[in-house]
Amino acid sequence: MFGEKALELIKELKRCGDGLLPSFNEETVRQVLEEMKSLFEENHKDVTASSEGEQGLFPGVQLRHAALERNKRILLTYLNERATSIAELRWQMGTVLPPDIRSRLAEHELSWLQKYNKSLTAYMRAVGADITHNLKPPKSLLIEVRCTTEHGSIELTSGRTLHLSRGTHHFLERSECEPLIARGIVEEI
Amino acid sequence: MEDEEDNIFSGSDDEEAMTAGEVLQKLEEAWMNEALSPELLMNKSDIIDCMMEQINEMENNIQRVKTNDLKIYIHKMELERIRYLLTSYLRIRIKKIEKYATAIMMEDGKRDPDDAKLTDSELQFAREREKNLLELFQNLVLQHMPPNMQSLEKDKICSKPNLDEYVFFRVNQDVEGVLVEEETVDNREEVIDLKKGEQHIMRYKIIRPLAETGAVSLI
Repeated sequence: MFGEKALELIKELKRCGDGLLPSFNEETVRQVLEEMKSLFEENHKDVTASSEGEQGLFPGVQLRHAALERNKRILLTYLNERATSIAELRWQMGTVLPPDIRSRLAEHELSWLQKYNKSLTAYMRAVGADITHNLKPPKSLLIEVRCTTEHGSIELTSGRTLHLSRGTHHFLERSECEPLIARGIVEEI
Repeated sequence: MEDEEDNIFSGSDDEEAMTAGEVLQKLEEAWMNEALSPELLMNKSDIIDCMMEQINEMENNIQRVKTNDLKIYIHKMELERIRYLLTSYLRIRIKKIEKYATAIMMEDGKRDPDDAKLTDSELQFAREREKNLLELFQNLVLQHMPPNMQSLEKDKICSKPNLDEYVFFRVNQDVEGVLVEEETVDNREEVIDLKKGEQHIMRYKIIRPLAETGAVSLI
């Protein structure tokens, strides 16, 4: 039936649930586009035939047109949903994506993410605040963190340097930890 | 030394009549309203700019005072709280703009540029987002579609905020004659008076203008 392939795309997104992005389904998208192409060609044929005087073709044309509209709508929804989740990645993981997630995006989606990054950065520069930080209301100024990787030395805003090695515990200011937590270098305990 | 510490919360030198405390209160109010309303509200750039200045001032003051005093700890904590409030407010707005970029820009296009909901930088962000999204659509699917399917009526397909959502709110000043239900064939119209201090739950659409003027606060 018309539109069935397209519906698979939406079901696939739905099955994956919130925040998890399936690979861009290039194959199915291509099949849907092909279905649209053949629908369009058949319509074109029938419309030409009708204009030459043949009767009773219009219901078919209308049905196919509705199928075309539906396929278009579903494809755009698929892209839009994905684009929203991709933009969300910027908030969860920062500017650098892990390779396994990166490989799930289509090339144009990667460039969408880059452009999104750029406009978000431009916005934050304009207002003068990094809004990807301070995500949770602060309960205390200092928090205890455990270092999970061998990261080496970092410089704190107070000017002190701190050596982060695996398994060590630190008592740091929240604002200083957040970028480290986001990058997975330390975890909150 | 004592003086410096006490000055941490005092305002900057400009002639602004509001005290730092009042600005903070306004920010809290704006933050609550923005977080709870389904649509984007008017920008409060004056409050935000003012608060940004205050934060910078406070930061400088704290840095000048170099002791491990408990007071510093408390001031720093307060600073973190305000910073959270500020970033959270901006974040909520940006998320709404992302969701409804096209709808908001069309709405703003109809009003006086001075009354625009978006600040300049927000407008820039919304424009770029819309453009990039259209580019993505174009590159991945639209250009491969049959010729009569390639156009996009963005005003028809863009998502719009649900103004019929129910919201809780508190009344800040008396308002008379609020139209709750339009007159229909089956029902007579329903009009109520809101009294200061009351709390209600209603559709957002009804109190939309009141939320904007501050006559009610969303809670």
